[in-house]
Amino acid sequence: MARMTMIEAIRDAMDVMMARDEKVVVFGEDVGYFGGVFRSTAGLQQKYGKTRCFDTPISEAGIVGTAIGMASYGLRPCIEIQFADYMYPAYDQIVSEAARLRYRSNGEFTCPLVIRMPTGGGIFGGQTHSQSPEALFTHVAGLKTVVPSNPYDAKGLLISAIEDPDPVIFLEPKRLYNGPFDGHHDRPVTPWSKHDLGEVPNGHFTLPLGKASVVREGSAMTVLAYGTMVYVAQAAAAEMGVDAEIIDLRTLIPLDMETIKASVRKTGRCVIVHEATLTSGFGAELAALVQEACFFQLEAPIARVTGWDTPYPHAQEWDYFPGPARVGRALVATMEA
Amino acid sequence: MTERRLLTLHVPEPAVRPGGAPDFSNVKIPKAGAVPRPNVDVEPESIRDLAFSIIRVLNRSGEAVGPWASPLSDEELLEGLRHMMTLRTFDARMLIAQRQGKTSFYMQHLGEEAISCAFRRALSPGDMNFPTYRQAGLLIAGGYSMVDMMCQIYSNSRDPLKGRQLPVMYASKEHGFFTISGNLATQYVQAVGWAMASAISNDTKIAAAWIGDGSTAESDFHAALVFASTYKAPVVLNIVNNQWAISTFQGIARGGAGTFAARGLGFGIPSLRVDGNDYLAVYAVAKWAVERARRNLGPTLVEYVTYRVGAHSTSDDPSAYRPKTESDAWPLGDPVIRLKNHLIVRGVWSEERHKQAEAEILDTVIAAQKEAESYGTLHAGAKPSARDMFEGVYAEMPPHLRRQRQQAGV
Repeated sequence: MARMTMIEAIRDAMDVMMARDEKVVVFGEDVGYFGGVFRSTAGLQQKYGKTRCFDTPISEAGIVGTAIGMASYGLRPCIEIQFADYMYPAYDQIVSEAARLRYRSNGEFTCPLVIRMPTGGGIFGGQTHSQSPEALFTHVAGLKTVVPSNPYDAKGLLISAIEDPDPVIFLEPKRLYNGPFDGHHDRPVTPWSKHDLGEVPNGHFTLPLGKASVVREGSAMTVLAYGTMVYVAQAAAAEMGVDAEIIDLRTLIPLDMETIKASVRKTGRCVIVHEATLTSGFGAELAALVQEACFFQLEAPIARVTGWDTPYPHAQEWDYFPGPARVGRALVATMEA
Repeated sequence: MTERRLLTLHVPEPAVRPGGAPDFSNVKIPKAGAVPRPNVDVEPESIRDLAFSIIRVLNRSGEAVGPWASPLSDEELLEGLRHMMTLRTFDARMLIAQRQGKTSFYMQHLGEEAISCAFRRALSPGDMNFPTYRQAGLLIAGGYSMVDMMCQIYSNSRDPLKGRQLPVMYASKEHGFFTISGNLATQYVQAVGWAMASAISNDTKIAAAWIGDGSTAESDFHAALVFASTYKAPVVLNIVNNQWAISTFQGIARGGAGTFAARGLGFGIPSLRVDGNDYLAVYAVAKWAVERARRNLGPTLVEYVTYRVGAHSTSDDPSAYRPKTESDAWPLGDPVIRLKNHLIVRGVWSEERHKQAEAEILDTVIAAQKEAESYGTLHAGAKPSARDMFEGVYAEMPPHLRRQRQQAGV
């Protein structure tokens, strides 16, 4: 075991996989020599050479399009889009190509590809360094979507993603890169070195895609969250004294409905929390699924606490970000409903 | 004070519209044999002229002339003729099949047969094409089963793609034919990635990218050229300029640029322009570009100058936007007739043998069609299973799809 930040865990996952499998290649903007604007590929080019880890032109469609070609050849590219906010030029390649190669060719061609993207807000990133576009991927048949919330999960899930035979969108909440964040922006942040989940196994290990994690057991209600919101939900439950069962979904597609169902059937209440905008967000899918599966056990309407239906603002960061106060109010309201 | 004039927007128009007399006076056609043949390791800067001319081998008398007249044997050329004639016959039969309601859709290659058929000959086993929907000659010339192609078109019980894809969107790894997408230009940059993968793996295989004139306007075209140039990827970047993108003439995509080949020059990619209706010229240029890639000298861009004689697809009527007789006026003629004439000049072919070959090929295609139809057509006979609809979305079916398959009751 070793103490790692989320960045170090992600880098370590790629290091492990590049050492194990020479088919694994890593590239993107500033990913090679410089080691990435968030340092998540630092040292990989030095260790594995320029043809395994390299810098690309500033062209998201080019990065994803060439990676699809490489994956269909038989390599296993693990590529980076610098910010999830900048994936849109590659969206055609992701949706029309990566997601559908296997299906449309009846397995003649496949796309074992991981697209890493720093995501999420809470860092004064403004409109184009804060977005959470997961719903734009979960809506696409053929993609898997992963959002880790801590170094341990990040490494285990990224190794699984690289080994997965299908394209995986790997969304990394950049607010969590250096330490957990519960939304209390006025308090100092604890680094991962002081947190249990900063303890990460050395070498190869995996966590299954499609398996949620119950981060707090409780009996009063179920909170469905992922990424940064896992910590916000924990803080909100503690502060409001609500005995909530908090589930970190970890992968959105495939979704661990069994864990969700078991929990809501036990608690009878459900609150869904995500940073992304409300309308047609992934929370809508979760609410619909819970309603279908747990209708007769539900004792209150399913609540959603999310970003507002606006572009992500700059100065109004903490009015936008669904922090512990707003989540806490929803927990109490759902208890009283 | 500078004078402020009102601005006006320039919208290019083709020289002629329906009802007008076809006019190709803007297409500058050099004499066969006039364009020099550089060494494959030439400095791109020194052959800029080749992006503005047209490499041609067959002259008006049907003789192969000049430095690009490649040493293809009689047998190889006869086989090439047979490939083109087969593709044309295949197209004609499938067009009828679509009109008869046996499938929903078809796209022909009429007038463009030389390009994919001759290019295929320059490749080696293991090389990968990233074709558009108008390069089925790569399959015909590569020996892919016509029955399988037709089964795909009919979406029947033997469709290799299980009825999931629109007709003509073939896929065959074994035949070096990447799965066709309806989304234009996406394959161009994927081809570059495939070629980069081959180079990363120290392999010897190369990739061939394909795009039409209209789709060069897509941003993936630009991305492909940047990546191919930056990493010197072993790829041949083919542009089939058939003058038309559905109803839109090539000037809309090309703008004020001299040629499509000239687009490669800004990326430092050697760029050639070739007579797309000249089987020998297409083969010679393809071989040159493939050799460059194979010798790790980097990408080559090739513009094939041709004409889309048929409708864009079975859903299109070209008489609404171009003169009906325009294809007759096309100055580069017909690729099948030109190779036929050359073979007659070579003394290895005749009008009689040509007629006989036409009849034989028709028989072969009809036999394939009968077999394919025995496995069903779109609306009649055996079909792919509805269960197949849920397979292959992922390597393993996730729980939510298993649930939906159950709901569908299949």
